[in-house]
Amino acid sequence: MLQTLVERFPQFLLKTSAYRGQDTAVIKREGLLEMAGRLRDDPGLQCDLLMDLTAVDYLKYGRSLGSAPTRSTPSPLPYYMKPKPTTEIWERAVSNETYRFDVVYHLFSSVYHHRIRLHVPVTAADPVVDSLTSLWAGANWFEREVWDLFGIRFTGHPNLRRILMYDEFQGHPLRKDYPVNKRQPLIGPTT
Amino acid sequence: MAVVQPATQTTHMFLNIGPSHPAMHGIVQLIVELDGERVLGADVEIGYLHRAFEKECEVGPYNNAIPYTDRLNYVSPMINNFGYCLAVERLLGIEATERCQYIRVIMSEISRISDHLTCLGASGMELGAFTVFLYMIKAREWLWELIEAAAGARLTVSYGRVGGVKADLPDGFADRTRRVLEDVRGVLLECNTLLTRNRIFVDRMQGTGVISKERALSYGITGPFLRATGVALDVRKATPYFVYDRIPFDVPTGQHGDNYDRYLVRMEEMEQSMRIIEQALAQIPAGPLNVDQAGQVLPADVMVDEAKLGHVAGFKQAQVRLDPTLQGSTRGFHEAINAPERRAVLPAKEDTYGNIEGLMHHFKLIMHGHGIRPPEGEYYSAVEGANGELGFYVISDGSERPYRVRVRPPCFTIMSALPELIVGDMVADIVPTFGSVNMIGGEMDR
Amino acid sequence: MNAQMSGPPDTTKLNWMTTRLDAALGWARKFSIFQYPFVTACCGMEYMATATSHYDMDRFGAGFPRFSPRQADVLFVVGTISHKMAPVLRRVYDQMTEPKWVVAFGVCTCTGGFYDNYATVMGIDTIMPVDIYIPGCPPRPENVLDGLIKLQEKIATEPGTTPKAWSATGVPEDAVRRPGRPPTEMPTGPSARPPELHAPHRPESHL
Repeated sequence: MLQTLVERFPQFLLKTSAYRGQDTAVIKREGLLEMAGRLRDDPGLQCDLLMDLTAVDYLKYGRSLGSAPTRSTPSPLPYYMKPKPTTEIWERAVSNETYRFDVVYHLFSSVYHHRIRLHVPVTAADPVVDSLTSLWAGANWFEREVWDLFGIRFTGHPNLRRILMYDEFQGHPLRKDYPVNKRQPLIGPTT
Repeated sequence: MAVVQPATQTTHMFLNIGPSHPAMHGIVQLIVELDGERVLGADVEIGYLHRAFEKECEVGPYNNAIPYTDRLNYVSPMINNFGYCLAVERLLGIEATERCQYIRVIMSEISRISDHLTCLGASGMELGAFTVFLYMIKAREWLWELIEAAAGARLTVSYGRVGGVKADLPDGFADRTRRVLEDVRGVLLECNTLLTRNRIFVDRMQGTGVISKERALSYGITGPFLRATGVALDVRKATPYFVYDRIPFDVPTGQHGDNYDRYLVRMEEMEQSMRIIEQALAQIPAGPLNVDQAGQVLPADVMVDEAKLGHVAGFKQAQVRLDPTLQGSTRGFHEAINAPERRAVLPAKEDTYGNIEGLMHHFKLIMHGHGIRPPEGEYYSAVEGANGELGFYVISDGSERPYRVRVRPPCFTIMSALPELIVGDMVADIVPTFGSVNMIGGEMDR
Repeated sequence: MNAQMSGPPDTTKLNWMTTRLDAALGWARKFSIFQYPFVTACCGMEYMATATSHYDMDRFGAGFPRFSPRQADVLFVVGTISHKMAPVLRRVYDQMTEPKWVVAFGVCTCTGGFYDNYATVMGIDTIMPVDIYIPGCPPRPENVLDGLIKLQEKIATEPGTTPKAWSATGVPEDAVRRPGRPPTEMPTGPSARPPELHAPHRPESHL
């Protein structure tokens, strides 16, 4: 599967990998529409189901407290003198120019029963990808959801508005810099 | 010649259905444009039950996400549990034991039956067949009693564990299940008599909510909804997981892709699920239930004995500073203390509350900064939920918390096709069509 | 005798009358609960289980769900309320006529449960008064029936003949006096009552 992709789309592929038996291809966003169309229509591949479309915010990837490198020697200070981190303090790991988001597509073939995952990296300064609504009708709502929760725009989408949150909501909650319990109620107390 | 003005001015009417409406079991808003009683256009507004599942999963360790998965598809919570556990197990690179996999199959299928019973009962009720609803909920009660016997809860069970299940099947479970399945068969026969050839029911279901095979695939629809259009796609057959490849069963398909075919497919699927359960109960081997984090089979008594004997590598070398707050010393020591004796499965609650090994073990898996740590990577696990392919896409960055958990909700895609399904039909046809979608708010809005 | 009749009415006897009438009304009301099930989430499954034949809510006179808020007198809020849903819920509550009671069914409606995040309302008593809290995630049917019986006790003891005092805002003062956290901000935003509804509505005035 990956071999076929490498042979046919060398100009779009950034990286391919297979992990735990699942194939992943990281591709340039310019090639997304063409590649997805070929994946769907090629008789040898026939990935005719767009199983899932989502996004990942890599802002804090590998930078949580738990994933910090462990110290081999204990700190000279006793435990009660060390400032205990109560909240996680982040410095911005990803700048607006580097690739912060990945739009992730899971394709599945109803004929051959194989899966392929496509990653399309985009930057925070320009979070735009081509819409797949021209290929799959199901992409419509998936892309609205990604716009709603991550703020990634899809060019060519017929109706890109919020789907899970309400229109008055500010920001995109699944971004890693959105606090988990920051509420924006429509009625009632604001705390 | 003068233009004859029509005597009455007609305009299209906009009708708002929901979000709280008797025929909408679940909260969703439909705005339909009507010409008389004919639906010309529709807009669907969802998100009224958005509970931030994906964000909540990122906050806690891997095991803490399991109660949230219960509440995704709350009619068949077991399948959600196992789907999530499967993804994390694959990330860790471990495989559940054989007995555990059989238990998962049995429990998944019981959940599937209860889901289909609820779906068909509720849509029957909306078409006026209240008896069927009462009968089917009665049958569902019996199945829930089975679930309660094994998991301790009726609905939100949290029965799945990474690397195992919460508890073994209780004594006499197999016989009890067989008896219940006989009773459920009786109920299904009654409902079959009441509905399948009922003139009113057939007239309202046949030819409404039609979708073609191509459109269904384009929308990404899976599950009974897709199978009613004639595509025999079932994750249990296509990419088998657990032990589904060892158990023969059929995948029923329809032909027309209308509401009636979906009803028939669901009825037949319940029969097939019972067939699976019976075969799995006959095949299920004895043996250990849970595995440790490295994937080795680790009987509980051996683990307790080892701990009691003090066979804990690295203890002597490490400099341990006592900490009265139970937070442990700095994390570097935990690596050494913890290294060889790591289990992924939470200990049984009797152990947690009953002995010190169980309590420590529980702490090591639950407390902040501890817990299971899959290596960096990502995995998409697909299981066959009651509504279609239920996918869990889990990304690990090597820490004790999932970096991202994404659910591929099966009824999300079906709901996105709803405008196409109801346009052209009458207003009254929205009700059976919506019923056969089997929208589950928790799963769709997450 | 005649002199007594023409004199000012004996207040103690009148009180006795209204108390007995209240008791009779309360008794009648508590067994004729018309409920509005505002079903949103998981708890709805247990609501179904309670309402159908296995546990049979009908035994307690609460077997008839009305899906119009104007015909219902008990609002069952069953399941998580998100911030998107809150104005709708408030609107349904506002449309119900007095006397009305609210049951918070499940821990999400009581306190928000474990959904402490940007999307959910932390307990519906932040947006409306609540009479009975039924905790549990979801509550077992036995627990629901227990809550229902407690609600009936409450209904039976509430004064039925005394006209409700109405404040200038159109919100019954009684609503704020009910146990539970009083709503700090009464309707604002999309759920605010339209001005024509601000006049006190007295369903019993024609009697």
